[in-house]
Amino acid sequence: MKTLGPRISFYAGFVVGTFTLYVFLRQLWFEKTLPMHQVTTLARIQDYQQQLEEEKKMWKKEGSALFNLEHPHHIAQSTTITCEDSRMADELYKKVRILCWVMTGPKNLETKTRHAKYTWSRHCNIVVFMSSVDDPDFPTVGLGTKEGRDQLYWKTIRAYHYAYEHYADEADWFLKADDDTYVIVDNLRWILANHTPEEPIYFGRRFKPYTKQGYMSGGAGYVLSKEALRRFVEGFKSKQCTHTTSVEDLAMGQCMEKVGVLAGDSRDSFHRETFHPFVLEQHLTAKFPKSFWYWSYCYYPISEGPNCCSDMSISFHYVDAVGMYLMEYYTYHLRAFGYRYRYQPPTPPGYSINKFESWDAGKKDKKLEQKLVHPDLSRTDKRQNEDPPPVDGKDGPAAAEGK
Amino acid sequence: MLSDGCSFMKGMLLGGVFCLVLSFLGSFNFSSESSTEDHHHHHIYAPSKDELKRLSDSRVEELKNQVRVYCIIMVQPKTLVYWATVLDTWSKHCDNAVFYTSEGSKALEAVDLNEKDDWARLRKALIHAYENAGDLRWFFVAQPTTFAIIENLKYLILAKDPNEPFYLGNAVKSGELEYVEYSSGIVLSYEALKRLMTMFKDEGQCPERTHTLWKMGEDKQLALCLKYAGVFAENGEDRHGKGLFNKQNVVNMIKQSMQDNPTDVVEGCCPDMAVTYGGMSPNQMHVMMFGVYRLRPYGHDFHDWLTFYPPKDSDND
Repeated sequence: MKTLGPRISFYAGFVVGTFTLYVFLRQLWFEKTLPMHQVTTLARIQDYQQQLEEEKKMWKKEGSALFNLEHPHHIAQSTTITCEDSRMADELYKKVRILCWVMTGPKNLETKTRHAKYTWSRHCNIVVFMSSVDDPDFPTVGLGTKEGRDQLYWKTIRAYHYAYEHYADEADWFLKADDDTYVIVDNLRWILANHTPEEPIYFGRRFKPYTKQGYMSGGAGYVLSKEALRRFVEGFKSKQCTHTTSVEDLAMGQCMEKVGVLAGDSRDSFHRETFHPFVLEQHLTAKFPKSFWYWSYCYYPISEGPNCCSDMSISFHYVDAVGMYLMEYYTYHLRAFGYRYRYQPPTPPGYSINKFESWDAGKKDKKLEQKLVHPDLSRTDKRQNEDPPPVDGKDGPAAAEGK
Repeated sequence: MLSDGCSFMKGMLLGGVFCLVLSFLGSFNFSSESSTEDHHHHHIYAPSKDELKRLSDSRVEELKNQVRVYCIIMVQPKTLVYWATVLDTWSKHCDNAVFYTSEGSKALEAVDLNEKDDWARLRKALIHAYENAGDLRWFFVAQPTTFAIIENLKYLILAKDPNEPFYLGNAVKSGELEYVEYSSGIVLSYEALKRLMTMFKDEGQCPERTHTLWKMGEDKQLALCLKYAGVFAENGEDRHGKGLFNKQNVVNMIKQSMQDNPTDVVEGCCPDMAVTYGGMSPNQMHVMMFGVYRLRPYGHDFHDWLTFYPPKDSDND
């Protein structure tokens, strides 16, 4: 046996010594951090309890529906130092009440629906999550269907019937959205404020094939007036409407046509679309090939680039979890200081813009204002003939500026 | 055989000691960095509502004039797509946007510095900007992967005097040196730039070319030269302590926030009046352009004390 030289033994020993001590030190460090790990699980439980507490402040749960307690911006306002004037949005919140129902399923609750719940659905007056099964915690309504693409129209029929049976008096408009649709509810109110819930009309991204007046894209979301919803339900009672096809949006469009509900034009005053069947990035940057179905489906002429989309856009589809928060950030948070937007959206008839000075004078009363405004779930008739009531009790009716 | 065993043991002992020393040094470095990391730099905030309220209308107009920005955008032909995107998006909101390139490109116009060395190129760009400033008093240096909201930059520096030395952005520490990180944008006041010009003449303290093997990033080089001129890095943040200059792109920041604050993702993530996001892809920049200058919820108005108008000949804002 060949004896190793003393030199080589030394090097070998050096390596072994370093390695041994390294392993020893790591073990020691690991043991030190282990109790830390236990601390973090305790913190997690506390976080969850805090989450439940916070949720109680956001929504009033009534059965399977979530009633938004406060328009989210009032909650956020106390933490910002910038001068945000949400009076117009608050007016519209009270007068254009929207029930949002989200088409979803049990598998999507944690991966998709949850993010819609924490972002855009908070801006609806009422939100109901419609699934095949009941879930009292989320909460979701069980429609008694199966899951799958072929069930979409069944789900829609039952969801709208559910909304009509339970909440017909508590809302004026009834929106359907997917769990991967992002909706800017304030902009939806702006479009709808030009109409009344007694009109038989519905809005969305209008497609032209297969029908005379067109139909609304399912993924981009569509909204029915109360009268349209009534006619939808009546239509099924009288068998005018039936489950014709599982292509939900087309079937809805065919029923709407049969019961005399008008397919509305949801474009802004510059004829730019507000409901979008794809994500913002695609509408802004993608060059769809001319053979793509989109070109032949759109009822109105398509614009690519910046004119694709209104400043007052209402919806985008195929939005993933990160996308939900990104849209919320871009819509409600990120802005350019002092920027005067190019597009000044026309004020809906019957609403008035307050002058800067009167808002400034009323600024001191802002805190009082927040306490006076509470969700008004009862309604008065002939809304469009009334002057808008004063926002807080102190000032008289705001100086009306006809536009 | 015995001598081998002895040698082995000696080796083991020495190896153990070596490992201990190394780990001790390592932990020492780590702790020293974390302890000095916090709050040796100054914080810069935008003016408060009350501060602005006290100003007269004429003073506000004066400030609006004073706060105009000269944008220095450092491009290269190899990143042409980013260059074109910046040209088409946020740079339109600079009072003067000048592109400085390492070498000329037939596709787009720029000041050709004809310089491959990063630090030398930055120096040349800063000198050119100083000489061509006109009556602009604030300078913003950006890379083409950065998206900047110039109005929010103006809001931050609104009540600051450009005749004072300001060097702002995302301030970070490397050893003893505090510097403004490059990819989140660098803001310099006229006085800071002026002192830098004087420093450039000092080849000893602020050499044009480093001849060492190991190169310091040009943002650190800049910090060093400014330091010798008595100008120190300051961190731009909002009243909640959130950084306004971000090295990461907005999508990554949201992803991180989804992990850290799952019930409060947006509020816990990014500031309302953010100035920059780094590492943005061209598509992300187009989306941010729309998100900042177009998309908004109807009925929420801001009565800011200044008005900035949209740029001429532009269709995406």
